[in-house]
Amino acid sequence: MEEALFFVSALGALGGAVGVIAMRNPFYSVLSLVVHLFSLASLFLLLTAAFVAAAQVVVYAGAVMVLYIFVVAYVGGGGESAWEPIPGQRFLAPLLGIALFVELSVAVLASGLRALGEEGPDVKAGFGDPAAIGTLLLEKFLLPFEAASILLLLAAVGAIVLAARRREEAA
Amino acid sequence: MTPEWFIVLSALLFATGATGILIRRSPMVILLCLELMLNAGNLALVAFSRMVGNEEGQIFALIVMVVAACEVVVGLGLIVAIYRRRLPLNVDDLRELRG
Repeated sequence: MEEALFFVSALGALGGAVGVIAMRNPFYSVLSLVVHLFSLASLFLLLTAAFVAAAQVVVYAGAVMVLYIFVVAYVGGGGESAWEPIPGQRFLAPLLGIALFVELSVAVLASGLRALGEEGPDVKAGFGDPAAIGTLLLEKFLLPFEAASILLLLAAVGAIVLAARRREEAA
Repeated sequence: MTPEWFIVLSALLFATGATGILIRRSPMVILLCLELMLNAGNLALVAFSRMVGNEEGQIFALIVMVVAACEVVVGLGLIVAIYRRRLPLNVDDLRELRG
């Protein structure tokens, strides 16, 4: 059961990821990313990370993707030029990607990962639920939590400054 | 499930995102590929958190999500600003900052 759920979600995540880079129209790329994010959320549920999965669906698939869709609708999904500054880029890039995957896999699988065991330790029932994450965030990780909130505020102000219409432009 | 499966899937998703950044020209799709790479990192963090039996890795994943949201907001603001100035939305044409 667990294995079946893993492989279905993994296929969804991988298919979504390939869809993002393969679709000509940016709008379809965004929709593929939504598929990817939902599959990833179910993988998080398999790893007993309920709160991260919920945040993934609500924040990413809910809010961030809507933002993307608004911007795609605003600027329009223009086709990309076939001009290549580096000859053979479209051929070389996947080779580099495969090389990166092989290297990462070798680096991780050759390490002491086996020492973690087959299934991981048995965790208590509330592992990764909102209460546990909230306690950790507000006690042990209070400073990173506040820093994240300031970062979000700065990003919001920065986006308004970047994208707002200048007064002389509007006139 | 053994941790290897999750880590290898994470590596595969990361490599897919990196490939996308190399072959796509539209800054919007490049931002989407950055999301793919950040999410691959998140998957590895959550997998290790489960395998060690400690929730702190999930906090890391949440902070990565916050940073990704900030990156999206600023990136999309830049894209809107580029579009307003009637510049081409193509990373090969936007290379005045190239050294």
